[in-house]
Amino acid sequence: MNKTWNNKAWFMVLPMLLLVLFSAAIPLMTVVNYSVQDTFGNNVFFWAGTEWYEQILNSRRFWDAMGRNLAFSFIILAIEIPLGILIALNMPRRGWGVPLCLVLMALPLLIPWNVVGTIWQVFGRVDIGLLGRVLEGIGIDYNYVRDPLDAWITVILMDVWHWTSLVVLLCYAGLVSIPDAYYQAARIDGASRFAIFRYIQLPKLRRVLTIAILLRFMDSFMIYTEPFVVTGGGPGNSTTFLSIDLVKMAVGQFDLGPAAAMSIIYFLIVLLLSWIFYTVMTSHEGER
Amino acid sequence: MVDAKQTIAATMRELPLEKPADPAQKTQIERRMRRRGTASRFWWLVPALYIIFLMLPIYWLVNMSLKTNSEITGTFSLWPQQPTIRNYMVIFTDASWYSGYINSIIYVVMNTVLSVAVALPAAYAFSRYRFLGDKHLFFWLLTNRMAPPAVFALPFFQLYSAFGLIDTHIAVALAHCLFNVPLAVWILEGFMSGVPKEIDETAYIDGYSFPRFFMKIFMPLIASGIGVAAFFCFMFSWVELLIARTLTTTAAKPIAATMTRTVSASGLDWGVLAAAGVLTLIPGALVIWFVRNYIAKGFALGRV
Repeated sequence: MNKTWNNKAWFMVLPMLLLVLFSAAIPLMTVVNYSVQDTFGNNVFFWAGTEWYEQILNSRRFWDAMGRNLAFSFIILAIEIPLGILIALNMPRRGWGVPLCLVLMALPLLIPWNVVGTIWQVFGRVDIGLLGRVLEGIGIDYNYVRDPLDAWITVILMDVWHWTSLVVLLCYAGLVSIPDAYYQAARIDGASRFAIFRYIQLPKLRRVLTIAILLRFMDSFMIYTEPFVVTGGGPGNSTTFLSIDLVKMAVGQFDLGPAAAMSIIYFLIVLLLSWIFYTVMTSHEGER
Repeated sequence: MVDAKQTIAATMRELPLEKPADPAQKTQIERRMRRRGTASRFWWLVPALYIIFLMLPIYWLVNMSLKTNSEITGTFSLWPQQPTIRNYMVIFTDASWYSGYINSIIYVVMNTVLSVAVALPAAYAFSRYRFLGDKHLFFWLLTNRMAPPAVFALPFFQLYSAFGLIDTHIAVALAHCLFNVPLAVWILEGFMSGVPKEIDETAYIDGYSFPRFFMKIFMPLIASGIGVAAFFCFMFSWVELLIARTLTTTAAKPIAATMTRTVSASGLDWGVLAAAGVLTLIPGALVIWFVRNYIAKGFALGRV
């Protein structure tokens, strides 16, 4: 659509901008403030310059947490996006199955995050949980409290359980909006199911997939509540993701300076990666 | 658009009449189509298995909420041996429990209304006009979803204390706008871009003022988009815990925060915790039921 140039449009954006700025700019400035100062309590602050940034960037702990977080985001994207597309492709298009599927699939999305953690904490427990009991029953040694690998599997399974539906809903909405004529044309050409998917459905899903991948990446990179409730970052540090580490530092040790510096670095990394995703995913839009 | 679609469809119907295919080829095509039909008959298993996978942990939660604490920790059973509603009675009779639900619903509704209300004109501006810095602004909006809430909790607390808003519903509603407004703008912009610009122009020629056009003509056209945006705002505000817990103490305490305090002298009260968890599912289930048709209609009418 060719848009007209009109700077008066700013007036329509303004209320939204003020509302978001109120909650965005001031806290961000506070965090920046902390990140360059040191304090000995009593609200007395000293200029610390880039000291905290150097400390964070040189710490093994930060890069370990970063590595775990990147691995986690990559694994859940690799599972949730294809799985979400597969499920959306096979969902019914009409009849009583549609509302049933939509409502049941959306349920996990609407559960408060700490409740999600609680559900999986109980579900995976060897003594009172269904999953833990069943796995033990068929002879698999599973204990997410002791074994790092089991803790990872539990956290990933929980995230797949929690968030795949978002990808499904977005893809389903994208698929429904493809006009029937496309499919009829494909049928006349005798296109295979895979060809229909590759050349009709996938290109039409580009925009919703952009949203899905961006949302899933950002949220999984900032995941806190669910793994915190299930594993508390353990066993050891094996599921300590960046945000869990951050809260340990800010609340547990009350190191505001390093914590603030870390959150700025953290924020910049999310920003950079999201920008790369966004640019790559939308780069084809101009060509069409 | 509709005309074009009908024309294409009509052409396709007529194709075989214009060019009578030889019977062998025709049966071959039919057979191929039938075969594909039977092959895809079992594909419903994929969503079905997925739904079973989704429901198992939820079933386990419901199962637990109907058991006594001694049964939960003492024995292992697939369904409650001595069903009890004690856990639910605890919640419905204790104000510190049920007020959590009321608080959550109040701030979630406030946030949804606020987010959609400011996002509507903004999304219209993004979808119809080019203006100084529009692209940067659009991406900047998204960056607000990327700020890790963990460390922003403390600055949020200081900011809202300065305005005397701590422990009010409006504080949580305002704070949640940080991540809901960008999402609402993004979703609504997609829907609005699907509405042809000619509709706006025709309305102006017909003498509609902008507010009247927006309310009477434009908003009904993107009703499904408003539904989807409202659903997502509701969802993200309902499930968020960290900020909501930081900004409230008692008067506006959300249910999710109440649930973090079920450790009593006799250990964790699993039964009540499970019952509270089950009850947090209900508002969400109701909302998705209301927007189910909108979601099915399509996420973005034009730009998908």
